[in-house]
Amino acid sequence: MPLTKEQKQELEAKMREFVGKPIGAPDVGRDAVNEPMIRQWCDAMGDTNPAYLDPDAAASTVHGGLVAPPTMMQAWTMHGFDMAKGYDEPQDGQQHLHKLLGDHGYTGVVGTDTKQGYTRYLRPGDVVCAETVIESISEEKATHLGLGYFITTRTTFRDQDGEEVGWMTFRVLKYVPAERPAAAATDSGDGAAPAPPGRIRPPRGHDNAWWWDLVDQGTFPIQQCNGCKALHHPPRPMCNACRSMDMGWVEASGAGTLYSFTIIRHPQFPGYDFPVIAALVELEEGTRIVSSVIDCKPEDVKIGMKLSGFIHEDHDGFKLPMFRPARPAA
Amino acid sequence: MPTTLRNEAAIVGVGQTTFTKNSGVSELALAVEAVSKAIDDAGIDPQDVDGYCSFTLDTNDEVDISRAVGTGDATMFSRIGYGGGACIGIVHQAVMALATGSAKYVVCYRALNGRSGQRYSDGVSGDIVTADLIHWSWYMPWGLMTPASWVAMFTQRYMHQYGAKAEDLAQVALSTRKHAVNNPNAFFYQRPLTMDEYMEARWIAEPLRLYDCCQETDGGVAVVITTPERAKDCKGKPAVIRGVAQAFATDQEQMTSLYREDIASLPEMNLVAKQVYEISGLGPKDIDAAVIYDAFTSIVLWQLEAFGFCDVGEAKDFVKDGNIEVGGRLPINTHGGQLSEAYIHGVNGIAEGVRMIRGESTNQPQNNDHVLVTGGVGVPTSGMILGQMD
Repeated sequence: MPLTKEQKQELEAKMREFVGKPIGAPDVGRDAVNEPMIRQWCDAMGDTNPAYLDPDAAASTVHGGLVAPPTMMQAWTMHGFDMAKGYDEPQDGQQHLHKLLGDHGYTGVVGTDTKQGYTRYLRPGDVVCAETVIESISEEKATHLGLGYFITTRTTFRDQDGEEVGWMTFRVLKYVPAERPAAAATDSGDGAAPAPPGRIRPPRGHDNAWWWDLVDQGTFPIQQCNGCKALHHPPRPMCNACRSMDMGWVEASGAGTLYSFTIIRHPQFPGYDFPVIAALVELEEGTRIVSSVIDCKPEDVKIGMKLSGFIHEDHDGFKLPMFRPARPAA
Repeated sequence: MPTTLRNEAAIVGVGQTTFTKNSGVSELALAVEAVSKAIDDAGIDPQDVDGYCSFTLDTNDEVDISRAVGTGDATMFSRIGYGGGACIGIVHQAVMALATGSAKYVVCYRALNGRSGQRYSDGVSGDIVTADLIHWSWYMPWGLMTPASWVAMFTQRYMHQYGAKAEDLAQVALSTRKHAVNNPNAFFYQRPLTMDEYMEARWIAEPLRLYDCCQETDGGVAVVITTPERAKDCKGKPAVIRGVAQAFATDQEQMTSLYREDIASLPEMNLVAKQVYEISGLGPKDIDAAVIYDAFTSIVLWQLEAFGFCDVGEAKDFVKDGNIEVGGRLPINTHGGQLSEAYIHGVNGIAEGVRMIRGESTNQPQNNDHVLVTGGVGVPTSGMILGQMD
């Protein structure tokens, strides 16, 4: 059940009470900054910087000795992932806030982005302590995952003298999971991988089915009036030149010139290869058609370029005319 | 001499909901709120309303609004197709009804949950074979499914033909945003936009970037229109309709008129301009300010050319140097437009046109004798010139 306006206002008022407050007492690192943990981190990351690993080499750097990789900052105070186990009995302010939202239907959570800043390098022997504050909560946003609130925390890292050594912001989305269409389910149950989606196919009616039937057979047709021989695209039931309803077709050579185009990047519909280069092509027969250019980099597309049309077949068997850059004549 | 539509009607009431991204209420609730506020603004008895007009796209039936608001017997009701192109078309219907005596007080309305409900950016698709769907099927298989993708195709050609640059499109986005910053009803209230932010924003469909595209909004707007004689007895200061017209032009398609010899212009808007100038007896020099339909930045350039504010291909120069901001030659979209205030299919632009005539805009232009308001383009469209009561 969606919340009523009043319920939502009540929820938002409760949420606002968390903003600007620490989630609890500062976390102090269980171990001081130390060489074995630095070595394990560097092994995992594939980092071979001697300033982190080789005491002799490090001694001759500006650091004058071993230092820890700055990106390890948070690792010194981490102790397992306990957001999940804290759900039923929240241990800190952040868990209380997440439970509040979860209890109101905002059960989903996803990390969206994080930023870190470093004030100084940490050295073996430093003791790191982290204090986290709920920095801000957004207004309710509609996202692809569902309606939700972005929660930003700011953590300040300090050393044994209370001096700041760095900071981190971390943002999560707490959301009401949107209902997914059944077609989006990926587990078919029989172990077979689901077929990748195809592009949207045209519905076939009286005025266009014949055209697509010809394309199915590998032909690229242009409608032609049997009365006055005028060409038309898209096909129509009557010729606007002579008002004949006796319509036929001719086969396009595929030779054309790019009249205009757009490189479509957003939103990305399933079944298409993005970015899509959508093209308005002037066929040498004299009509235009909307299609796509493939086998061409977006930056190489230019109005006026010569194109060569052909019947393309998708992985699912759907056929449609497409264009690629024409090869210069030998 | 048949009746012309010159000075036959005046907008006397304007009502709107708040504009949000998630209204939490039905589209009918939005429509009813907007209509009720417009009736109150006009200071008339709801029972006086005897005409209704909206978009074919609007899901709210006139009879349902009438029952909810408590308007009574109606003698005229009508719907106009083609999305935002209907925006002034609904006013055109009202003025025709008033000029012929088919109605005395007409309500024009549009309400939608454009962000939390059906979003236009979700594209067009479906499984019922209609002529409309056959039309879109000449584009969908090749990836053209959204308004941005259709308009991008025209924009690319226009830029190629006349040398317009991204910086020129940006002038439209930046100027409307500058206006929205002062409008508390605008989504982008107090949120300015810089050229760098505009340029760095992601591509939607090249050459259109994020801020070349309007928003999606939940909200509703309604206006009450009556005859100039009755307008004198209304509470709200009237905005007289000097001229109003609809048009579609030869070889028009819905958003995809890509087969005309020239696609870097708007023949249907040229035809609207010709009519509204003829009906009103006014010309581009007489227009002090305008609400130019801005679903995308580029379509504003073509309309400035269609209405003769500059020559064909020269809108890129016209929009420079603050020319389309308050204090410039032609302040446009002083509410922030659909790019920066809200996307209510242009009907929020009618409300702003009336506010400018009344002297009540949050970015009030100094001169406000005549204000042009246009409908959506790429589709069959519409436009009108508002003026002061004599």
